[in-house]
Amino acid sequence: TTPLLSSLSYPSLKSCLVAVRKGVLIFQSKSTDIHQNLALEDWIESNVDLTNRRLFLLWRSRAAVVIGRHQNPWAECNQEAMRNAGVPLARRRSGGGTVYHDIGNLNLTFFSCRKLYDRQRNLKAVTDALRRARPELDVRATERLDIVLDGKYKISGSASRLSRGASYHHCTLLHSADGSALRSVLRPQSLVSTATPPPVLSPDDPIFDTSFPKLLNAVSFCFSPEFGVSSPLAVLDPSDESLFPGIGRIASELRSWEWTFGKTPKFTVQTEINLSDDLTLERTTAQLHIEVKNGLVSSIDVTFQHQWLPQRLIHELCGVLTGERFCPHRAAAAVSALIRSERDEAQRRLHDLSTLLLTLWGEFTENLQRE
Amino acid sequence: MAAVTRGSFIVFRRLLSQQYRCRCFRPQCVSSGRSVQTLAFTRDRTQRRFAWRTLHTNTVNYGPVVQFKLSDIGEGIMEVTVKEWYVKEGDKVSQFDSICEVQSDKASVTITSRYDGVIRKLYYEVDATAQVGMPLVDIETESKVIQEEDVVETPAMDQEEHTHQEIKGHKTQATPAVRRLAMENNIKLSEVVATGKDGRILKEDILNFLSKQTGAILPPAPMQHIQTPPPIPVAIKPAPAMPKPMFTGKDVTEPLKGFHKAMVKTMTAALKIPHFGYCDEVDLSRLVRVRKDLQPVTQAQGVKLSYMPFFIKAASLGLLHFPSLNASLDDACQNITYKASHNIGLAMDTSQGLLVPNVKNVQMLSVLEIALELNRLQTLGAAGQLGTADLTGGTFTLSNIGSIGGTYAKPVILPPEVAIGALGKIQILPRFDASGQVTAAHIMKVSWSADHRIIDGATMCRFSNLWREYLETPEQMLLHLK
Repeated sequence: TTPLLSSLSYPSLKSCLVAVRKGVLIFQSKSTDIHQNLALEDWIESNVDLTNRRLFLLWRSRAAVVIGRHQNPWAECNQEAMRNAGVPLARRRSGGGTVYHDIGNLNLTFFSCRKLYDRQRNLKAVTDALRRARPELDVRATERLDIVLDGKYKISGSASRLSRGASYHHCTLLHSADGSALRSVLRPQSLVSTATPPPVLSPDDPIFDTSFPKLLNAVSFCFSPEFGVSSPLAVLDPSDESLFPGIGRIASELRSWEWTFGKTPKFTVQTEINLSDDLTLERTTAQLHIEVKNGLVSSIDVTFQHQWLPQRLIHELCGVLTGERFCPHRAAAAVSALIRSERDEAQRRLHDLSTLLLTLWGEFTENLQRE
Repeated sequence: MAAVTRGSFIVFRRLLSQQYRCRCFRPQCVSSGRSVQTLAFTRDRTQRRFAWRTLHTNTVNYGPVVQFKLSDIGEGIMEVTVKEWYVKEGDKVSQFDSICEVQSDKASVTITSRYDGVIRKLYYEVDATAQVGMPLVDIETESKVIQEEDVVETPAMDQEEHTHQEIKGHKTQATPAVRRLAMENNIKLSEVVATGKDGRILKEDILNFLSKQTGAILPPAPMQHIQTPPPIPVAIKPAPAMPKPMFTGKDVTEPLKGFHKAMVKTMTAALKIPHFGYCDEVDLSRLVRVRKDLQPVTQAQGVKLSYMPFFIKAASLGLLHFPSLNASLDDACQNITYKASHNIGLAMDTSQGLLVPNVKNVQMLSVLEIALELNRLQTLGAAGQLGTADLTGGTFTLSNIGSIGGTYAKPVILPPEVAIGALGKIQILPRFDASGQVTAAHIMKVSWSADHRIIDGATMCRFSNLWREYLETPEQMLLHLK
């Protein structure tokens, strides 16, 4: 058993009901699967009547990158590095920025009805609880809804979601971090999401030597002074379809390409590429303009400075790339089939152009323009 | 652990609203006699799944166009960015359908409609800034409701009243559009056979009723009582007991894109090549034993050994003797190029379609190295991650269609190659052995196709015989080890 489960005090049924009557429930998810936990948040928001209740959920996830509802995954993180490291990507339903989740990052979700939505109050409860657990620590919530340690280390970021009737505000709480993994998958600008960015804590800092179970207890009881009730922790299994009917379908939707990549807002890529022919030693440059909508290439234009390839071939290349997912592998399959039909110089140059284009697919940082 | 789960379960049951419990935990009890909320499911996946529809008794008149204003988000926020529209002008919306998604300061908000109606105007483009309190959309409503804002919803536990048309003490359910149709045609809803869910009357039911009004007996409905007996004509056969199912499927047309579009070009070019076919069968009984013996060795090294590495290596050994099969003809059919490398392609069925990655320089690889490379390509193929380097440069192809099924096939040559082989499934069949006894043999059928402009039947036949010999007596491959 993981330390997580063994340190919990399993509540009796009676105390759970006491918590229900007083309006606050505290739950922890058993799962460390990012999509299952996000699906659990979604399920609670849709199905639990929050009129007179608050619900507080705690979860952790294995290594994963989570982008906000309206973010661009290609701009935020390096897809290839993530693939090689086996780190999945998830898009959550709430807004805000990109976060790297791993076992050292605790997620706290505050559910309430819309009338009682108050993020500053939630963060105050968290900082109060941390100070109670470790009184010597200087933790403060900022206006940007971050929590900073010692005035400079960002240990928590927030995001929230509001819909008809329900709302939730979730924030992370970094208690131990693997900085190197984080740096290898996130793009530089994702680590700094505000004008005067507090740097993320380095793994050498002994931030909390509070053990995780102790931290969990401290945080879960943060409701008492702030929200007026103390409730024992109950454990939920989000993979249990009988307890959460329909949660499997929500998790599948969150894992799907259509949600993770297809919900990317429209963006354009504009760049110049350099080409050279190794056989004839000629060189040229080309202007590349690509528009991506809903994760699919909606238009692509390649304009050469000199006559490099027959026009009909450029036209065919753009034709097979259009309408397909903005994914280097999908494009590779299409382009390889096209290369078969060509010979000699045209084939050689088409092959080089394709290889160059495909290395650029998903590698846009400086050249990305959001519409 | 189990106690906690049960406890949590009971807690959750109490938490969930009344209607949800009725719906999910006792579905068998729903019938048209009870007052049950009709649940409208919309196509939009981010929509809350339980949108509740309130039916009206008013006659359906298209009401005024209402300006639906952006309501207060909370925390004193005055403006938001519109991120995604779920509707467009002209779309029909129901109450509680999602209209758009807006974002403000790390909060993502779903704005839902207050009424049923038709969207007439969107006030903002995507990424525009919308002001709280200003109009967001115009909705032409179906009723006389005048409220203008998306009021923050407190889940109403008391919305149990429904407006059903009560006819002769029976409640019938139908949407306003269906009611209007019935009214215009002077039809009593109680006389219409309902085929919708929960005994709901659909538009098709009204149309069916109209078409049958001239005479046929109405079939008895499972959930309704027909009060007036319909007229019975003399010569017409009685209608069947069940109402005729209506096929509502529609053709779907979508443009070819990506890989499939490129394949059209490849295959059109391929069929310009004059193909000839040659088939044979191979007795793999000895190879089956060899592979079985070798598997523990390869497994210890973490390599999966199938039959393909043997087929590929045997093909390469054969190509050393028949280089014209590893060649390419130029477009004008003037020159033939004998390729030095044996880059043997393997047709692979992936999620994207039939991709053909190839193993480079098989002439230099051992069977084990080929197996390793195949593992790598298969993993990438299964994940949809094959790159251009693996997919281009092939000189000869083998298609293991037998892994899915089949015996003989008629494979199509992939340009710029000149030959291809399709391998059927391995079957255990009775064959005569050397001493005239019937024995069980592992037989696989192979079908070759070659470009008849430069390959002749005899060449193909001799290559196939050589390839077959290597596979039927695998120890012969030892003679050619370098």
